[in-house]
Amino acid sequence: MTTQYAKPLPRVHDLNRAFFLGALDGRLVLQHCDACGHVWFPSAQSCPKCLSQEITWKPVSGRGRVWSWVVMHQRYIPAFADDLPYAVAFVELEEGPFMMTSIVGAEPEDLVCDMPVEVAFDQVTDEVALPKFRPVTGEAS
Amino acid sequence: MARTVSRQEAVVVGVGTTDFGAQYRNRDANRSDYQLGIDALKIALDDAGLAKDDIDGVLTCRLPNYEKFGTLAGIRHPKVVNAYEGSGRMAGVVLQHAITLVEAGLATTVACVYGNNGRSVGMTYGGESAGRGPGDDTGAYDLAYGMTSPGAYVGMMYRRYQHLYGAPDGALAPLAINNRTNAALNPVAAMTKPLTEEEYLSARYICDPLRLFDYCMINDGGVAIIVTTADRARNLRKPAVRVIATAGSADLTGHYTKPDFFDTAARDVAGRVYAQAGLGPEDVDCVQIYDNFTPIVLFSLESFGFAPRGEGWQWIKDGRIGLKGETPVNTSGGHTSESYMQGWALQVEAIRQVRGDAGDRQVANCETSQYICVAPVVNSHVFQRA
Ligand SMILES: [Zn+2]
Repeated sequence: MTTQYAKPLPRVHDLNRAFFLGALDGRLVLQHCDACGHVWFPSAQSCPKCLSQEITWKPVSGRGRVWSWVVMHQRYIPAFADDLPYAVAFVELEEGPFMMTSIVGAEPEDLVCDMPVEVAFDQVTDEVALPKFRPVTGEAS
Repeated sequence: MARTVSRQEAVVVGVGTTDFGAQYRNRDANRSDYQLGIDALKIALDDAGLAKDDIDGVLTCRLPNYEKFGTLAGIRHPKVVNAYEGSGRMAGVVLQHAITLVEAGLATTVACVYGNNGRSVGMTYGGESAGRGPGDDTGAYDLAYGMTSPGAYVGMMYRRYQHLYGAPDGALAPLAINNRTNAALNPVAAMTKPLTEEEYLSARYICDPLRLFDYCMINDGGVAIIVTTADRARNLRKPAVRVIATAGSADLTGHYTKPDFFDTAARDVAGRVYAQAGLGPEDVDCVQIYDNFTPIVLFSLESFGFAPRGEGWQWIKDGRIGLKGETPVNTSGGHTSESYMQGWALQVEAIRQVRGDAGDRQVANCETSQYICVAPVVNSHVFQRA
């Protein structure tokens, strides 16, 4: 944890607070629609599938697979300049939603599409623990 | 008395493009996007043989303030007016709407005007502006991991494409090289120096798997297209061009990265444009494909049926897409060599090709051309000379 964290972070507000409280607690918590069962990310005030506002925040498995990844070389964001080049992965959760993320515990050259991963939280400020993902070893995909 | 429903077909009668190469070489922080649009409109009016007072509809794109445009262009009382966002997907949408407005009788002669001073003002299409509004926005989460810029989202799709279909490193090179080869025959192209495969491969990565020459060239420029009724088109300066088919389909999700590479939307559009036109991709004499980043050309060729799924990277090899090939692609140099005019100049090129107006890069006996934009609003038109 650091008070000097300089990278951009999403704003925590009433709509997404449950996501960030869950993350501080080490759990990946997403909105589930009570009416149709749909699960989505990021947060919304109504279910994007059926428009119901009967929504419950619930933990998901935290498991998924790397749909794809890139390695950023261009300096677009000053706070990431020292990290260049760095990998960004697009993970498809078992429950369906996609999340943009970083993979910990693997170098860019180790990344493979469809590799199984699980969530690993990185607490970067008092308020925010970022969900990142790490490879799951010894598991059939 | 009730309104009457016009059944008259709308046609394209004038096009205008500014000198993208001159604008690229002479960056100017004071260059106005509105003036570039006006410059292009003036060229398009001359091209059509129309006077400014003939214009009774104005649709601007990337020029957010239509009132400012009307003021500066001295078009005070257009019957229809609107301003469209400055995204590449809108180029085809604006032309569709202009046709629709004319065919509905809401206006007779509509000017579609695009202006862009992105190079001079240092536009980057990536960085920390995402996700600052109310609600929850994928852009704000993505930035936390250093993810930004449309090219990176396309790179994400292309890596997956390579994984699924075995496209090797360098598989995109023929697209970048073809654009550069065609641009050398285009007097207003920004980049005309020939490109070799070695140069393509040795260029730096912007976002691996994409390199410098996979990226569109941000530039300044203006483009205008004038649409009017078939009746009004008679006796104008240039042959009228018919839009014999046009269709669109969106793919609206939180990310530019689409898990099906836009295929669902693009196949829907392909099915409808080819049904309307009564022809198929094999009948198109040249195709202008929106190429903000080179992988999008592969996705387009495959979803529109030019190449089988997963084989586009092989299909583009060996000169097939060259000016004298089976299916010439991006005959003016596309977004990676002519200029990134967000689809607008590609539409103009499709129009010029069927008019026989494309100079040294004219495709022989070009009767049918097509514009394809695969993006979050997929759209496509098929053009023929009236
Ligand atoms: Zn629902």
